[in-house]
Amino acid sequence: MVNVNNISKTYNKGAVKAVNDVSFSVEKGELFGLIGPDGAGKSSIFRILTTLLLPDSGGATVAGYDVVKDYRQIRSSVGYMPGRFSLYPDLSIEENLHFFATVFNTTVAENYHLIEDIYVQIEPFKKRRAGKLSGGMKQKLALCCALIHKPTVLFLDEPTTGVDPVSRKEFWEMLKRLKQQGITIVVSTPYMDEATRCDRIALIQGGSILSINPPQQIVTAYPSPLYAVKATDMPRVIHVLATHQPPFNSYLFGEYIHVDMPGMGDQEAVQVLTDVLAKAGLDGIEVNPVTPTIEDCFIKLLTT
Amino acid sequence: MKQFITFVKKEFYHVLRDRRTLLILFGMPLAQIVIFGFALTNEVKNARIVIVDHAKDDASRSIIDRIGASNFFEIREDVMDRNRMETAFKEGKIKLAILFPANFQRDLFHQNHAPIQVIADASDPNYATTLTNYVSSIIQDYQTELNETVALPYRITPQLRMLYNPQLKGAPNFVPGVMALVLMLVSVMMTAISIVREKETGTLEILLVSPFKPVWVILSKAVPYLILSLVNVLSIVLMSVFVLQLPVEGSWLLLFAESTLFIVTCLTLGIFISIKTKSQQVAMLISLMGMLLPTMMFSGFMFPIENMPVPLQIISNVVPAKWFYIIVKSIMIKGVGFAAIWKETLILLGIALFFFVISLRSFKIRLE
Repeated sequence: MVNVNNISKTYNKGAVKAVNDVSFSVEKGELFGLIGPDGAGKSSIFRILTTLLLPDSGGATVAGYDVVKDYRQIRSSVGYMPGRFSLYPDLSIEENLHFFATVFNTTVAENYHLIEDIYVQIEPFKKRRAGKLSGGMKQKLALCCALIHKPTVLFLDEPTTGVDPVSRKEFWEMLKRLKQQGITIVVSTPYMDEATRCDRIALIQGGSILSINPPQQIVTAYPSPLYAVKATDMPRVIHVLATHQPPFNSYLFGEYIHVDMPGMGDQEAVQVLTDVLAKAGLDGIEVNPVTPTIEDCFIKLLTT
Repeated sequence: MKQFITFVKKEFYHVLRDRRTLLILFGMPLAQIVIFGFALTNEVKNARIVIVDHAKDDASRSIIDRIGASNFFEIREDVMDRNRMETAFKEGKIKLAILFPANFQRDLFHQNHAPIQVIADASDPNYATTLTNYVSSIIQDYQTELNETVALPYRITPQLRMLYNPQLKGAPNFVPGVMALVLMLVSVMMTAISIVREKETGTLEILLVSPFKPVWVILSKAVPYLILSLVNVLSIVLMSVFVLQLPVEGSWLLLFAESTLFIVTCLTLGIFISIKTKSQQVAMLISLMGMLLPTMMFSGFMFPIENMPVPLQIISNVVPAKWFYIIVKSIMIKGVGFAAIWKETLILLGIALFFFVISLRSFKIRLE
């Protein structure tokens, strides 16, 4: 459904490299995620695919149409939800939805089945102006508006940014249901924990793709066992692990510190780490083996 | 077409739901008419005048006493010769001079009519008109009183002379000026802002990724402001007719047709600004600085263009408001028909076409 071949994009006459030789493809009915921090180039890729920007080099097709030559066809067949809330704040929920339905040459009634699950949640507030909605409701409305013309491909640029955890979870449930209806979805997010909900993800950083795989495969491909370390004086733990000879590959992860222990069994690794920390005079030491998450993989990809 | 209508409807929602916009749209013309119509035609009090009395008889005394008794005037010197009067005018010491010829009373009573010369400093035309009107009515009073007792009426003819600006240009005919100003502001600024707002809120991004053609986005933005501006024209004209008693001498139809042309010219300008700017503030500043100032300066509404240096006169030709001002003045005050203003109409049409074409050419179907 989406084919991207070696696209690059720079801003300010080449001074800022936003997208650097990116290639990927998305199958029909797939839920594809672009995962990366802010400024990684996700939005630029979305804008190229939705024909809003021209790539400097390389090419891409969406639903079989070229993003440069056939921009008209793409514009009438895809759904796009930009990263920023982009509906009319002074129109009500109902008015926004009707407006976008009409602009896309359709009616709310015609494709109501597509948005029904989502719309019933915000329907009680349908007379309320969009600008007065909560973050989660805004995103639900935006999704409805992007869906109302039954797009073949749905582009969602950071749809869950600024949304509370419960609404985020709901939002991903909705995407899953849409996927079941056969809509191809390309979604981006800076939240690593959301990555596992995609069929395949592309980890992206500094405009380049680091890896494209199903999330499970990325996690299992993590090259070494990983341990979570904790002690009462955390700043000292970081210091001790970093200054040890040879230094450990360690980084802060939530309330723990994750440490790579390549080529060691569980027992041996736990022993080594406990010894090092005890020798440094730390107490309350806790060392446990952990399964790597997407974030661990991302950090690993960045450091190697 | 259904898309277009929905879009226009949406545009009306935007305008009607934003109090600020509404206030600018409909409050401004009202305020301007009131300000220009009432605040600026100030009451005259204690204007300094001189009287050159060559007659020095009972009749002239009597009139001078009446003038002195009214609190509109403050008589500087009773007797003055012509040369000293000239200097006093130039130095701005006096605003008005009244000259009685020798033998004023004799002429009046024997030939039954006598002249009085009234000379005003018309560099401030409103002020001069007001002063001469007061003097005339005082003389009129005296005359009426005089005639009550005699069979054959005596006539005193005040001969008015307006110094420096004999035609009283730029005088109370401010309605055409206000019209040009208000339409310019509303049409240029409001359209520019409303299109740039779609850029700012990101809605243009969504609209671009839709089957709705960008050109239509722009056109459907222009329609509501065309309609609202016409409402403004109507309210200004109605106010000038019923509140200021300034009737429309020429054809109403022609007036509205020409107004529509001017509004369209302004809309294309507004669209052009909106294409070239990225934020509402910048669009507003450019509209204000780039449109309001030249409109005030070069439309001939505040400052007569004939008195400007040649380079500025040439610049004034590209200001659409100048041509519209001439057109409205011609229709409303002189009451002429299309034959007299076809040239100005053609120029406006040319400006509108010019901006329409370059707007179309510079409109981006993608983000920058």
